Amino acid sequence: MHPILILVAQRLALGFLLLLAASALIFAGTSILPGDVAQSILGQSATPEALANLRRELGLNDPAITRYFAWLGGIVQGDLGTALTNGRDIAESLGGRLKNTLFLAFWAAIIAVPLAIFLGLLAVRYKDRWPDKLISGVTLASISIPEFMIGYLLMYWIAIKLRWFSSVAIINDDMSLLQKLDAIALPVMVLVLVVLAHMMRMTRAAILNVMQSSYIETAELKGLSGLTVIFRHAFPNAIAPIVNVVMLNLAYLVVGVVVVEVVFAYPGMGQYLVDHVSKRDVPVVQACGLIFAAVYIGLNLVADIVSILANPRLRHPK
Amino acid sequence: MNDQLNHLKARVTAGTMTRREFVGRAAALGVTAAVANSMLAQPARAAAHAAPVKGGTLKIGSSGGESTNTLDPALTASEVPLDNLRHLYETLVEVAPDGTLENRMAESVEATADAKTWMFKIRKGVEFHNGKTMTPEDVLKTMQRHSDENSQSGALGIMRGIESMKVDGDNFVVELSTPNADLPYLMADYHLMIQPDGGMDNPGAGIGTGPYTLEFDEPGVRHGFKRNENFWDAGNRGHTEFNEVIVLNDATARTAALQSGQVHMINRVDPKIADLLGRAPNIEVKSVSGRGHYVFIMHIDTAPFDNNDLRLALKYAINRQEMVDKILRGYGSIGNDMPINASYPLFDDSIPQRTYDVEKAAEHYKKSGHDGSPIILRTADGAFPGAVDAAALFQQSAQAAGIPLEIKREPNDGYWSEVWNKQPFCASYWGGRPVQDQMYSTAYLSTADWNDTRWKRPEFDAMLLEARGELDTAKRKEIYSQMGRMLRDEGGLILPMFNDFVDGVSTDVGGWTEDPNSELMNNKAPIKCWLKTA
Repeated sequence: MHPILILVAQRLALGFLLLLAASALIFAGTSILPGDVAQSILGQSATPEALANLRRELGLNDPAITRYFAWLGGIVQGDLGTALTNGRDIAESLGGRLKNTLFLAFWAAIIAVPLAIFLGLLAVRYKDRWPDKLISGVTLASISIPEFMIGYLLMYWIAIKLRWFSSVAIINDDMSLLQKLDAIALPVMVLVLVVLAHMMRMTRAAILNVMQSSYIETAELKGLSGLTVIFRHAFPNAIAPIVNVVMLNLAYLVVGVVVVEVVFAYPGMGQYLVDHVSKRDVPVVQACGLIFAAVYIGLNLVADIVSILANPRLRHPK
Repeated sequence: MNDQLNHLKARVTAGTMTRREFVGRAAALGVTAAVANSMLAQPARAAAHAAPVKGGTLKIGSSGGESTNTLDPALTASEVPLDNLRHLYETLVEVAPDGTLENRMAESVEATADAKTWMFKIRKGVEFHNGKTMTPEDVLKTMQRHSDENSQSGALGIMRGIESMKVDGDNFVVELSTPNADLPYLMADYHLMIQPDGGMDNPGAGIGTGPYTLEFDEPGVRHGFKRNENFWDAGNRGHTEFNEVIVLNDATARTAALQSGQVHMINRVDPKIADLLGRAPNIEVKSVSGRGHYVFIMHIDTAPFDNNDLRLALKYAINRQEMVDKILRGYGSIGNDMPINASYPLFDDSIPQRTYDVEKAAEHYKKSGHDGSPIILRTADGAFPGAVDAAALFQQSAQAAGIPLEIKREPNDGYWSEVWNKQPFCASYWGGRPVQDQMYSTAYLSTADWNDTRWKRPEFDAMLLEARGELDTAKRKEIYSQMGRMLRDEGGLILPMFNDFVDGVSTDVGGWTEDPNSELMNNKAPIKCWLKTA
């Protein structure tokens, strides 16, 4: 068997173990939080009877271990269970939220990744001249401002003053693609600004590192133009660190955007997860946690494989 | 003085004077802020008599919605589900804006002279959304579901005084173990929404008799409602063709949505920006003084709060006016260490107002013999908006009287399960109740589950029961007055302020009336208002 396939298989197996460990950690974490789901559902208006009844109905009186394994048994059979708080099927409501999250992440990534890499290359080409400084300055500023602040600023100027786009980014299945894109324009802008700097800086640094090599000097000496040298000779050798950072940022776009979701009332997974954490709805938290962990592990796996493929020394081990 | 007040009121109605100016001027005439605020409720109502416009889509941006919400009235506790309930269902009776009762599913309400048996004559010819006719049996089943010991209903507590319920012809009959002149007010509780077969089979189906039917239900995102063509009271409610409740938990997002015209009304305008928002064209800020209040509660059975001198010291050491000015930005009124204000029927306004008094605070503190160790006050952002700042103000004003307070900031998450009603001294809030009896029974009766100040006085309980069965309002008012004074002077409640409900509304919305019962016209703005340009 090809060594790369073996490696992928190993990584996948490890990934599953990691997921299992993550689910146990999430379960333990939600269990030690103060209060339980019954208390959270009924809130300040909870009477002792109502609490006791709800606890009994939701099966909260079973020991934690029993509940964990009952849940695990369901997962293995592909059953995520039902939410304790509103009795809805988790797979169904989570599915819609996950789709929305991926939709937003996809469009943010489609813009941010090529833009970041292009800006990074541009910064290298004009290293230490004004385009480099401008690009670095702007992206660093945008990463330094908290994302909710960028959100509010864009909301004020673009949604309220100019009225170009909507400040409420709620999408649903009845909307056409164009309507959806119109609705998510502002959150996409914010996310692009937030992830741009990290990827762009890494591209710049990785390529500058390669630019010191002697073969680059050779390429320059044989008369290639600046950008051709970067594209043809420097970029392929800088791909591994860039892919790593890109994957980290993609993962962030999927799992870390709850603040942006709240600001623009976007129906993604982050808000869904937070609501259920505060209600101690363990099955839903577990399901979300599992998906988030899977996204992280999956994207990191991709990053590893791409760096191996991009490096002939790793591709053909002795 | 009355002429002057009427003149001022007219100016407010005409829009040449703001509400805060009015309260200030009225105060100069010797009227307390609470009374002045409630006076404004009347002229505002007169402006609502324009003819309703039918049709259009009304959008409501509301905080207090989570993806965990359901349409089951029994489990409803936050604002968005409440908005949803008002669209879909109706109760037997409702508390009207002026504090009287409005008959809904009940056509008339009668009691025997001893106030122990209550008969609700059920309205005929009202249809549920599924086409079934609403019957007294449905009402009975609903009440049984909420009073079942196995129920998870938030109304279980108030159903406990009921001895038996039955259907008698067209009547739904309630028998009480002890007389209660306010029973119909209990039946107005928002949990007690009439559902087909009492909602026994599928309580979250959204099938009721309300002015709107459910179109889509995406908890934590949005809820859509279509006008119910079969609605029995179509002349008064359900003017718009379509309503959409959009969950906007973030205050800035909510304000932005209103400003950019994406929603027509929002709840919970941050008092800090209310004045600014009101200046925007096409937007009006509506505030109404209600019964909700922000409090600091002491367990009077736990040292050092078991000492009444220490309690009094703390009560004198809080600067109420400063709290109203700085925490509520004027959108509220000062409290008097009792949970009742002028918004309640039978309020006695002759009870003297307690004010910030450093000397008295120091004197009581000295008399209490407290050892001088810091008194720990627990607070959290979630206790009430501005609770952390309010605690800091309290610490400062107490410091001036030589009382050391130590603020312990708790996480929002778990505050209601771990701190409130558990720790001896903490910040909290109450939403208020439509009548005094209900407020006192909920939190100040010895046996109340939510007796969060551990106020257990047999003589107080006896007065409460006596007032409850007393049909002579003068006598009742006198008993309530005594109870209020008792709580004010000995209770564990420090009540610096009553908060207003502050909503933001587009000028395109018609039919707005002030309703002190809760925000967004007691959550009924979506079903009572209309769009002028529809």
